[in-house]
Amino acid sequence: MPTEVVTADKTADEVSGLDALELAPRPEKGDRGRRIWNSAWPKLLAVAIAIAAWQLVVLSEWKPTYVLPGPVDVFADLKELATTPDFWDGVRLTLTRAFTGFLLAVAIGTVIGAAVSRFAPLRAAIGSLITGLQTMPSIMWFPLAILLFQLSESAIMFVVVIGAAPSVANGLISGIDYVPRTWLRVGQVLGMKGLSKYRHLILPASLPSFISGLKQGWAFSWRSLMAGELLVIVPGALSVGARMQNARDLHEASLVISYIIVVLIIGILIDILFNTADNALRKRWGLTGN
Amino acid sequence: MSTVVRIDDVTKQYGSGSNALLALDHVSLTVDKGEFVCLLGASGCGKSTLLSLVAGLDKITGGTLEINGKHVALMFQEAALFPWLSVAGNVELALRLRGVGRADRRKRAQELLEIVRLGGFGGKRPHELSGGMRQRVALARALAQNADVLLMDEPFGALDAMTRDILHDELERIWREQELTVLFVTHNVREAVRLGDRVVLLSSRPGRVLEDFKIDHPRPRRIDSTEVAAQAAEITDRLRAEVARHAN
Repeated sequence: MPTEVVTADKTADEVSGLDALELAPRPEKGDRGRRIWNSAWPKLLAVAIAIAAWQLVVLSEWKPTYVLPGPVDVFADLKELATTPDFWDGVRLTLTRAFTGFLLAVAIGTVIGAAVSRFAPLRAAIGSLITGLQTMPSIMWFPLAILLFQLSESAIMFVVVIGAAPSVANGLISGIDYVPRTWLRVGQVLGMKGLSKYRHLILPASLPSFISGLKQGWAFSWRSLMAGELLVIVPGALSVGARMQNARDLHEASLVISYIIVVLIIGILIDILFNTADNALRKRWGLTGN
Repeated sequence: MSTVVRIDDVTKQYGSGSNALLALDHVSLTVDKGEFVCLLGASGCGKSTLLSLVAGLDKITGGTLEINGKHVALMFQEAALFPWLSVAGNVELALRLRGVGRADRRKRAQELLEIVRLGGFGGKRPHELSGGMRQRVALARALAQNADVLLMDEPFGALDAMTRDILHDELERIWREQELTVLFVTHNVREAVRLGDRVVLLSSRPGRVLEDFKIDHPRPRRIDSTEVAAQAAEITDRLRAEVARHAN
């Protein structure tokens, strides 16, 4: 029937016309250079202001310059540090410790988190303990760690892991707890059961919260590691923390500040990595505000 | 004609003792193969409860409920697509959970997306589509389940009137072409008359079947046609009388 065909075509046009109208046009991204500059200049300005304030304090002669050196001296030292291979060995040692400890904490935290969210009695038993551990200042663990493992890598790892694992576990637990109910219903109707429910629904759905947990876990492990390196000087291992402690013993204020800046820069770089992962996920999921 | 859903004397009670809430009271209803049945009622009539029971998401308190073939697909007001999968990935997941092989999955998902006129959008992410398009993806995913009955819980409730109109046409077409059996819940009387072969009116608190209207108007129908409007007016009067019964 000709009329039938006409109606079908008309609806097809109506549907695709409506789709075209409802799809938002792609937002103008703008020039790449301009975007980088827009996000960079406030940061650069903030750094400049901080350095200027520091210089002013030094100029005010609040403390003698051998205790509080000015930015020029410190940056000269920092530049010299950055050109010695020995310094990079220290950075490498510290980062190796940080990543090993963090990965161990992620593995342990993930297993604990998954187990706690799966078994109700386990949650009743240690659910609040995990949150309690999270608020525990990690430096409190060092006396025990030193008694257990002496001044060794193990003592540092122990504290790094115990500092970070609870955050990772909690991230996973809250991610699993807050999987939207309609998704669970869809999963059930689609026939997900047991393992396939975890594989196809629960784990991907808890990813954003898990990533927040990882980020927080990293912050805790990095802090614990720095405390550990200052307190637990393993003979022969010249980590960033150990070098800083040496500098203090030798009254090299300028070097102490240089190491503070090094630790700060590493922290910022890792944070950028986590944020990039987080933003990429949010963009894929459409969780970003326009 | 074979019966796909047989709801026989079904009762659903939440809680017990003095806190007990009777949601459904001796409800009986059948849906035949290829039929489009709309469940209509005011708030508290338990229409969504009934759908959850048929979907197997909740357990009945009394009576019997049989689904011939046991397979149901369900759509909600939200599309509830998974944001970590592409549009095609969402449809393929339903196929995968049914045990369809990888190569067939891809091909079948594309066919299903073409049925809902979204053939070119398989690679998009759900959030890149409009609300109406997402509901069509959800429909494609439901079709992927190859279920014996498609349950729809106010699937167009959150859409604007224009989109809803067009989706009515689309759903009617797909229902006819794919020979679906549909149980459709709504509180919109015109929508029920526009779509249904039958409109089953439920009472509120507790839910009982008040009346089963047979809708004979020829298809394709229009929601603004005089026949639909006249029939809807009749049912609305009945619905209002039921709502008024609950005054004070």
